[in-house]
Amino acid sequence: MKEIYLDNNATTKVDELVFEEMRPYFCELYGNPSSMHFFGGQVQKKVDEARNRVAALLGALPDEIVFTACGTESDNAAIRSAIEVFPEKRHIITSRVEHPAVLTQCRNLSKRGYRITELNVDGNGQLDLKELETALDDDTAIVSLMYANNETGVIFPIEEAARMVKEKGALFHTDAVQAVGKIPLNMAESAIDMLSLSGHKLHAPKGIGVLYVRRGTPFRPLLVGGHQERGRRAGTENTGSLIAMGKACELAQLHMAEEGGRVREMRDRLERELTAAIPNTRINGGGTDRLPNTLSIAMEFVEGEGILLLLSEKGICASSGSACTSGSLEPSHVLRAMGVPFTCAHGSIRFSLSRFTTDAEIDAVIKELPPIISRLRQMSPFGREFLEKK
Amino acid sequence: MWDYTDKVKEHFLNPRNVGEIIDADAVGEVGSLACGDALKLFIKLDENKERIVDAKFQTFGCGSAIASSSALTEMVKGKTLEEALKITNQEIADFLGGLPEEKMHCSVMGQEALEVAIAKYRGVEAPVHGHDHVDTEGEIVCKCFGLTDLFLKKVIASNKLHTAEQVTHFTKAGGACGGCIPKIKELIAEVLGEEKKVAVEKPVKLTNLRKMQLIQETLENEVRPQLWADGGDLELVDIDGSTVQVAFRKACAGCASSGNTAKFVEQKLRELVSSDIVVQEVQG
Repeated sequence: MKEIYLDNNATTKVDELVFEEMRPYFCELYGNPSSMHFFGGQVQKKVDEARNRVAALLGALPDEIVFTACGTESDNAAIRSAIEVFPEKRHIITSRVEHPAVLTQCRNLSKRGYRITELNVDGNGQLDLKELETALDDDTAIVSLMYANNETGVIFPIEEAARMVKEKGALFHTDAVQAVGKIPLNMAESAIDMLSLSGHKLHAPKGIGVLYVRRGTPFRPLLVGGHQERGRRAGTENTGSLIAMGKACELAQLHMAEEGGRVREMRDRLERELTAAIPNTRINGGGTDRLPNTLSIAMEFVEGEGILLLLSEKGICASSGSACTSGSLEPSHVLRAMGVPFTCAHGSIRFSLSRFTTDAEIDAVIKELPPIISRLRQMSPFGREFLEKK
Repeated sequence: MWDYTDKVKEHFLNPRNVGEIIDADAVGEVGSLACGDALKLFIKLDENKERIVDAKFQTFGCGSAIASSSALTEMVKGKTLEEALKITNQEIADFLGGLPEEKMHCSVMGQEALEVAIAKYRGVEAPVHGHDHVDTEGEIVCKCFGLTDLFLKKVIASNKLHTAEQVTHFTKAGGACGGCIPKIKELIAEVLGEEKKVAVEKPVKLTNLRKMQLIQETLENEVRPQLWADGGDLELVDIDGSTVQVAFRKACAGCASSGNTAKFVEQKLRELVSSDIVVQEVQG
């Protein structure tokens, strides 16, 4: 069965051009970029090129790019650095809907005596910046807010938030893992101090990430040892993946208009047709800015795992915010923070597209999902009550 | 992705007996939309009201909840009410070739719906104990999922659970805010303690063989469950006369207070086996 892959916020296909770019750096050009000989030197040139390519996508300077092992490491490094830079400051601000890479880190720090403010979101999953303003004080070391939410695609007003934070003298970090490559970013005209991205969310392999650190931002490394990454991240460079990351960023820049155009149109069509064909749905985050590739749709009276398993039978790969798929027992913390009604919190499905998504694949979902929902509603006592009332 | 057996998948994709029985003799409902799973079970009896001739279900929940409901309806057909009541949640899971431990609560929900249906048919107070129901006798332990101590103790005992995590997998208790986990640990210790009182009696004169058996039983039933509750464990290394050598594992290994733990083990063995026992901690 050929997969219809609509789970690109979980991970993406490695672009074949990206794979070709990294391929020689394992068995042939395996030199260590730090070496003094020609063999390492030629790899160093490719590493520099990759750094330039990442910087170009972000509108950043090459020396502001720190390669890491993943988005999680970038998030951890940013927050850890801030609390070491400001040992006297004991307050951190984040939001209730962050990725666990940020949220768990903050909650662990709260056990060590840090005061953590988790900003609320409204029914659309959107922030109220007045709440940020109230929470900020002289004790705040760092504010970490995600650029775009992985489950709903909701985009936070990050630039406004960053400017407010800078005025207070705290550091501002954003987890932009879902945003990079999907919407344009320009660090040259930004107040953001640190920004995380992840390779495997933009058609590079798993195991490579980047932390952007603005020039002049005080920084303490998470990993110490060698001099790599100008002392900001010790450890021999993952050369193949790092070179792949550079290529992926170059391609992302090339395809940016397509994300905002063709991909968005496919997402909008999927949303429109599913909403028309399936009664009692709601779009999570539908009333605010969202990434062009993400659709989180909540369907009443059914449970997400059943939907995913039946979709999977048809080759369709999606994801859910439901409890049963994750091993946890509650709907996702994002949907709970948004106050999604309990009648549909368990029945939320996320479709996340990419530039490799085709119209035919969208057609397949539009054809297959409505009968799956009506089948599960027939089977569910609440679904039957609802159908009988109608 | 969950590692479901082929039988779970098959019962999920082609569930048996979905629907309702209009003139059902018994109907049992457990769960709610808020909980994330719910089951409504219909049972039809023969003319003499002895045997179950038909069963149907409606389920809101994950794949394994639907498969467990389907399995349950197949299992009860042809059984008397007495026989049906003897079905355990483990038997429902076994019928499906097993369930991932995290999904055992689905089998518990099936067993529970059956109990509720039969109790209602008999006109007795339904022994409902959780999933948003109010149990008039028990005390609510898990507020998030509305589960009482009586229900949890029953599931702990019948499935021989020994960690709070297992109790969460089997009942959902403690799976949301986690506030009741200390109480769940107490219930585990209580249930396992009760079992032991029955199991271990201190004979007057011990043969060497009986003494070794008793030491083993005491460690298994009295000591290890208490260590498990704190994330620790021990292993019996050797018994030489009255000297018992144990090695500490997990959280107990390298724990600063392992000396106290060794004292606790010795005290238990002296109390329940023989007053001359000496416990030695060894590395192994």
